[in-house]
Amino acid sequence: MRFFTYISIAAIFFLILWIDLPRAIPIKFTLFERKFDLSLRPPVITTTFGDAPFRKDFETKLGLDLRGGSHLVFEANTKNVAAADLQDALESSRDVIERRVNLFGVSEPVVRTIKTGDIYRITVDLPGVDDVEQAVALIGQTAQLRFREQGDEIGVKEATSTPLFAQLTKDTGLSGKHIKKASVTFDQQTGAPQVALNFTNEGGKIFAKVTKRNVGKPVGIFLDQFIVSAPVVEQEITGGQAVISGQFKVEDAKQMAIAINSGALPLPIKLVEQRNVGPSLGAVEVKRSVTAGLIGLSMVMFFMIAYYGRLGIAACIALILYGLITFAIFRAIPIVLTLPGIAGFLLSIGMAVDANILIFERIKDERRAGKAFETAVRLGFGRALDAIKDANTTTLLVAFILFNPLNWEFLPQFGLVRGFALTLGIGVLTSLFTGIFITRRLIFIFYKKNND
Amino acid sequence: MIDFLKYTRIYLAISLVVIAAGIASIILWQFDYSIDFVGGTSLEYQVDKNLDRSSITKLIEKQEVKVQEIMTEGNKVSIRTNAIDEKKEKSLRESLGKELKTKITVLRTETVGPTIGAETVQKTLIATGIAIIGILAYVAYAFRKFNFALAAIIALVHDILVVVGSYSLISYFFGAELDTLFVTALLTTMSFSVHDTIVVFDQIRDYEHRYGKGNIYDYANRALTDTMVRSFNNSMTIIFMLLALVLLGGTTIRFFAITLLIGTITGTYSSPFVATPIAVWLESRKKK
Repeated sequence: MRFFTYISIAAIFFLILWIDLPRAIPIKFTLFERKFDLSLRPPVITTTFGDAPFRKDFETKLGLDLRGGSHLVFEANTKNVAAADLQDALESSRDVIERRVNLFGVSEPVVRTIKTGDIYRITVDLPGVDDVEQAVALIGQTAQLRFREQGDEIGVKEATSTPLFAQLTKDTGLSGKHIKKASVTFDQQTGAPQVALNFTNEGGKIFAKVTKRNVGKPVGIFLDQFIVSAPVVEQEITGGQAVISGQFKVEDAKQMAIAINSGALPLPIKLVEQRNVGPSLGAVEVKRSVTAGLIGLSMVMFFMIAYYGRLGIAACIALILYGLITFAIFRAIPIVLTLPGIAGFLLSIGMAVDANILIFERIKDERRAGKAFETAVRLGFGRALDAIKDANTTTLLVAFILFNPLNWEFLPQFGLVRGFALTLGIGVLTSLFTGIFITRRLIFIFYKKNND
Repeated sequence: MIDFLKYTRIYLAISLVVIAAGIASIILWQFDYSIDFVGGTSLEYQVDKNLDRSSITKLIEKQEVKVQEIMTEGNKVSIRTNAIDEKKEKSLRESLGKELKTKITVLRTETVGPTIGAETVQKTLIATGIAIIGILAYVAYAFRKFNFALAAIIALVHDILVVVGSYSLISYFFGAELDTLFVTALLTTMSFSVHDTIVVFDQIRDYEHRYGKGNIYDYANRALTDTMVRSFNNSMTIIFMLLALVLLGGTTIRFFAITLLIGTITGTYSSPFVATPIAVWLESRKKK
């Protein structure tokens, strides 16, 4: 039974180490005249849940302030939208922006909606993008698809004399929102590229009506007020499908399909905040902070060992384990690390040390009072735990309020404070665990030999 | 046992001097608010030679952008202006590069609309208020003494005043801006302050458990004597961490680390020298 416990502890420990691996480490060696060329890297889990592919890697996720990128905040103009539809309009605006951003080829963009009072905002995080101008233009563009037919008042004379697009003045009510999907196809006879439209159910019905009443007449397809094509309807189309053909190049057709797919934003938006960190600054900051953290940590350990001797060594080991476990948790969840997030982590290290110091001081008290070692550890631990529990509960309380898990609009919703609260909270929870379970074992290991 | 509580007046005097200096500084010089609070644009460029500030200012103002502040540090130029959009920023950067014959790399650009700042402040204040009430309730519950909770909160307010006041001084003398990072540091100080106070109170509670209700003055003194070493040691470890960050860490978080450092020091100081005397005073008043 004992043996089994040790094996599982060792297994967990190596799992944590594996997750913590900084990058692929090449292992090359020769054994029995066979050459081995392996590389050790953090685990990647690839599997499928039902139909959905699932991939989990354990890499450190850095925030925009550390890896560089753009953070954009748009404010939605909600004047022309009924209050009941507002949430829907906002959600679909977010979806459209998400699609556009994905077209931009950004890895892991984050698009969120935030409501404050009666102001609705959409925030867009674009890691690695430093051309803000282009990104803003892409997000703010409106690709509005419209279908128009001839106005009723057009007489025969005008029909022959005015240009086609000027005749097509009457909106059919059919627009981009009735399109389920647009894709590039090729004409089966000529091989020319064209854009195939798949209507939604409702769109298909409207389209059928429009084509029915316009047999023999042109129906214009407009994108952002520009006429794309105006085919003459030959018969009623009921299948919910249509093609836009014209003198397109493949590239044009592709662009058009993308524009139709991403559609128009249901709400007009305005850029109110943008933060852009160049890639070089973040890298420097990370490097410096890590160096500073490591030096600070070694000073702490030196101090602990100098002051508490043997117990100090136990505390240092607990501290290193603490760091490794917390880091593994950050990678596993994953937590996006920002500068304040790192500060929260460092502070939690301080609090983890504090738990150890408290325990040691109380054990010392008990020893001074003449208790036997085992009793002293047991009593000292118990007394220290009261203080640790109360002190950490208040810290967790503050972290909880700042993290604002339910996204209440009267509490901070901005990323920096939340990042800080999250790492602080996780750090404190982990330190409770290491303080209670690991330090205790270590004390027995280190002290027992000494006292026997 | 050392009679720490004998010198309560000295502690009071120290606290008053520090807080008064800070408040005086706030009244005289206020803060240097970052664009997080008042809106505007802040640009940080890397250039490849030393540039003259006034020539940059002139070039920018030619484009009808108002320069509020401009700083150069080696090959780094930081400019603060009224809010401009990304197109204006690009044209500004291009003209600077052309006119001054330098290659400009963007380190950071930020534009914040003026409305967001006020909201940030409001939300943080609400969060702080809720946190304080929560702490009050928890401490009162855990120690079964409302006076202890009250004393912890007074120490907390003391620490907030110290940090805010000294930041005004730092802001005036070293140009630190009041930004969201400062707010984060303030919140950290809050949680640290209570954390530290509770450790001392816990020791007092422990004595009451062991020896029954006795002289609170006596118990408090004993508790202070017991916890002084741990308080000091603990703060030293955090101070080591933060000092390393201040001296070696990135420039973005330097003032943040300094604020945390001040917060740690005052948080440690206030537990034995503010919270405990107040708790003792409140408790002994009750008995009379």
